[in-house]
Amino acid sequence: MKHYSAFAVAREALRYHMGWERAWASPEPKKKYDVIIVGAGGHGLATAYYLGKNFGVTNVAVLEKGWLGGGNTGRNTTIIRSNYLQDPSAAIYEKSRSLYETLSQDLNYNIMFSPRGVIMLAQTEHEVRGYQRTAHANALQGVRTEFISPARVKEIVPIINLDGPRYPVLGGLWQARGGTARHDAVAWGYARACSAMGMHIIQKCEVTGIRREGGRVTGVTTNRGDIACDKLGLVVAGHSGHLADMAGFRLPIESVALQALVSEPIKPCMDCVVMANTVHGYMSQSDKGEMVIGGGTDGYNNYTQRGSFHHIEETVRALIETFPMVARLKMLRQWGGIVDVTGDRSPILSKAPVDGIFINCGWGTGGFKAIPGSGWGFAELMAKGHSPLCDEFGLDRFYQGRFIDESVAAGVAH
Amino acid sequence: MLILTCPCCGVTGEETEFHQGGEAHLKRFGPGSSDDDFHTYMFAKENPKGAHFERWRHNNGCGKWFIAARDTVTLEVYGTYPAQTHEPPQHIRDAITARRPGWTWREFA
Repeated sequence: MKHYSAFAVAREALRYHMGWERAWASPEPKKKYDVIIVGAGGHGLATAYYLGKNFGVTNVAVLEKGWLGGGNTGRNTTIIRSNYLQDPSAAIYEKSRSLYETLSQDLNYNIMFSPRGVIMLAQTEHEVRGYQRTAHANALQGVRTEFISPARVKEIVPIINLDGPRYPVLGGLWQARGGTARHDAVAWGYARACSAMGMHIIQKCEVTGIRREGGRVTGVTTNRGDIACDKLGLVVAGHSGHLADMAGFRLPIESVALQALVSEPIKPCMDCVVMANTVHGYMSQSDKGEMVIGGGTDGYNNYTQRGSFHHIEETVRALIETFPMVARLKMLRQWGGIVDVTGDRSPILSKAPVDGIFINCGWGTGGFKAIPGSGWGFAELMAKGHSPLCDEFGLDRFYQGRFIDESVAAGVAH
Repeated sequence: MLILTCPCCGVTGEETEFHQGGEAHLKRFGPGSSDDDFHTYMFAKENPKGAHFERWRHNNGCGKWFIAARDTVTLEVYGTYPAQTHEPPQHIRDAITARRPGWTWREFA
């Protein structure tokens, strides 16, 4: 792997940019690997990266049925924050946020992390109390957040309308070191670093079956032949239920479409991320100038990757009330991703009921922010059998009634 | 946009008129049942990529519950039938078989 640097840019400028090489290799699958990760999205690639970097496991293949980062990694609204209520959530999301701070340097790949600050608007009395509680919890957890007044909200976001009338802004939960990153670059950066460690990233390789012998995984069947492995990590978000089916177990997960849209590009008008959970709308401005808008989830299970049409109207209607200036914007694109939602809105990072299979799923509507932390913890879980970041997120928590309830704190919008 | 027909009042409406109420044909396990049964009933969800059976309520209409057979990939509605039915009627099973030969959903096929 050639190192990216200012010197490299200068060198290539002098020779017509003919010396850049492909960021990652596309090898033919081997017959056997120590570890196979299914799903080359952010979480899968981060898992592979930390397996190699922290535990020296490099005989790894990452299988992807489509193209790298083409699922939810490329479909989210790129928000990074860690202002969760429960201790296990705060631990893993804050680990993740702190890894994002230096990820560009660690990967030698510019992921454009922009800690521009995230405000979660409190628009009802319940939310005011809820976010004050979260701010106190975060103070105990070592996550820097504060509850701010409407006047301070207006100072940070001048384009906001505080008065309502239906949902006035009563305050906000402010995390100054939250922000955004370039979502594709996160996947590409991890892929490049994995490839440099000798791992195989195999795209257009769909897993069609999971082979087991005596209650233990032995490999996978794919459209490019059988591949054997000692350990198998399933990191496939919305399709987790489908793969669990192949391995013969069921998950407490339902898959629904979550959608987002972007406007035409405009001049800089908002330099932070604003989330309005009561009205199910959140917005930030991309570096290109587009307003990136996240909407609601569908009310029923589906795998359509587009989302219900009426949610667009509901999201936009809510945003126009809070940001009157967006009323004149044209929307350019709308899309959906399949999110895997658990009953307590917390992820599952766990050993599966089949020996040798590990499952990382259930990130629901908020997985992007968790990519580095999830990869860090899940790699440790796969390598050592347990991990302080993941132990609370086991599948057994449903059996034991030990939920990590973020449905109140995190609601719908992430 | 999903379009459903309420089998109770006969009205055909779009999805905003209805509300999904989770998996259909659940056998409930309450106090006195084993932990395994309760866990399976409460948490292990059917999440198929294909034919799915769900409870829906016509909440902006007659207010009655019913069951819809629906495809989670194509959003095709195979049919709706009253909530008092214990298993999918034959004509709905046939409609699913025509699209997805060999389908199964829990104990039904």
